[in-house]
Amino acid sequence: MKSFTYERADTVAAATAAFARAKDARFIAGGTNLLDLMKLEIETPAHLIDVSRLALDRIDATPEGGLRIGAMVRNTDLASDTRVRRDYGLLSRALVAGASGQLRNKATTAGNLLQRTRCPYFYDTNQPCNKRKPGTGCAAIGGFHRLHAVIGASDACIATHPSDMAVAMRALDASVETVDAAGKARVIPIADFYRAPGTTPHLETVLAPGELITAVTLPKPVGGTHIYHKVRDRASYAFALISVGVVVQKDGTGRVALGGVGYKPWRVSAADAELPRGAKAVTAALLDGAKPGHENAYKLPLVERTLAGVLAQAKG
Amino acid sequence: MQTPAEFELSRRGMLVGGAASVAAVTIPPVTAAPTRPATPPPATAKVAFEVNGTARELEVDTRTSLLDALREQLHLTGTKKGCDHGQCGACTVIVDGRRINSCLTLAVMHEGDKIVTIEGLGTPDKMHPMQDAFVVHDGYQCGYCTPGQICSAVAVLDEIKAGIPSHVTADLNAAPKVTATELRERMSGNICRCGAYSNIIDAISDVAGVKA
Repeated sequence: MKSFTYERADTVAAATAAFARAKDARFIAGGTNLLDLMKLEIETPAHLIDVSRLALDRIDATPEGGLRIGAMVRNTDLASDTRVRRDYGLLSRALVAGASGQLRNKATTAGNLLQRTRCPYFYDTNQPCNKRKPGTGCAAIGGFHRLHAVIGASDACIATHPSDMAVAMRALDASVETVDAAGKARVIPIADFYRAPGTTPHLETVLAPGELITAVTLPKPVGGTHIYHKVRDRASYAFALISVGVVVQKDGTGRVALGGVGYKPWRVSAADAELPRGAKAVTAALLDGAKPGHENAYKLPLVERTLAGVLAQAKG
Repeated sequence: MQTPAEFELSRRGMLVGGAASVAAVTIPPVTAAPTRPATPPPATAKVAFEVNGTARELEVDTRTSLLDALREQLHLTGTKKGCDHGQCGACTVIVDGRRINSCLTLAVMHEGDKIVTIEGLGTPDKMHPMQDAFVVHDGYQCGYCTPGQICSAVAVLDEIKAGIPSHVTADLNAAPKVTATELRERMSGNICRCGAYSNIIDAISDVAGVKA
């Protein structure tokens, strides 16, 4: 690991000011992904700003009837919150489908959104990777790509976003609240939060350098049956091959988002509209334009069959 | 091919031999002194926390994980380094009542925290009920993952008591129960390559007062 200096920020303003002052700084909260990447020297910050003690660890009701989840709320606490369990079951389910108990106790809401791909070529510093080292190429294209994206990828990168939580956030129309170094706040709908890889796969979100996530907000509950179904190589503690998150109403309408298929949680409004017509129609709309390789083409029928099972379960 | 003589080497002997040979290649010859740009000394920071009820103050290289601080500086070697990447759970300790992977957290981030390691749960003379149950149920073979398994297991029972749901909890709005299925899911962050899993579940169930 490269040596770095460390400071603890007590306020959001102090954190963003520290970032503006320092050279090559990173915010650290749970640290479960960043430290791992620093050990491998995939991330090499010169300065760490500890934001884990900022007073952003509350879940508050919003005037609109939704919830404002502080950026530092731990995954365990978010999954366990009685309001989340009752009104946003999809979010609880997605959270407890991810990682291990130890990691969920440390990982934060904001950090979960910002975690980096688990593409094995991104992790292997002996391999070319445009995301890790722009311009070096992509070893996954033409390499082992069973775990990789089937839609939204580019000639530069076929990595997937690994988060389960983000899939639920996308289906629930969450928004990301941030503050930049100048103290300016903005709200980013999660639909617009992740950037397509294109020719710049190292740029993963629309956040500017030094822009800090302060909260994730959920609109008022939509009711319905909430199901998150994750398909993985082992029964627990593994990243998704694919995952399906749905909210289905009694009349068969609803919303659906996928994990493990692209660079972001995948949701298409035309596919939501097909929900009353069943899994085949929904999948066709969701994965329209998919370009799988020979090793990950299985993800397309797997999505359709998983969704069929989920929709049958929702009917009860 | 290994000879019988090689088999007789103790593990400790191997480790000492290994360290000695590393030292031999890293000591520079006295005569050769090529000029190199001076590497700036690594950044250090002070941190104070409580470990097993005792206040501790350390000055650490900022890169030091909580795991390395416990093992290398405080000599609490009960906590084990397995993968050092949060995948195996051997380094599990309890911080402010919650189990975490001590390898994936910086020591300097734990100012004021209360840390409990396997040494703080019990001693050979006065074992924690979970330690006792692991012995009774033979919940290990080589024992390397055991401190992490036990710290994790103690925290798992607290998590169920606190109503924290898991992936296998059927009803999100009901209190989770101690069942073998729940325990298996909740213990999935602790790998045991000897495969003592079924006995580990028996041990935890015993402490919880349920039948596995």
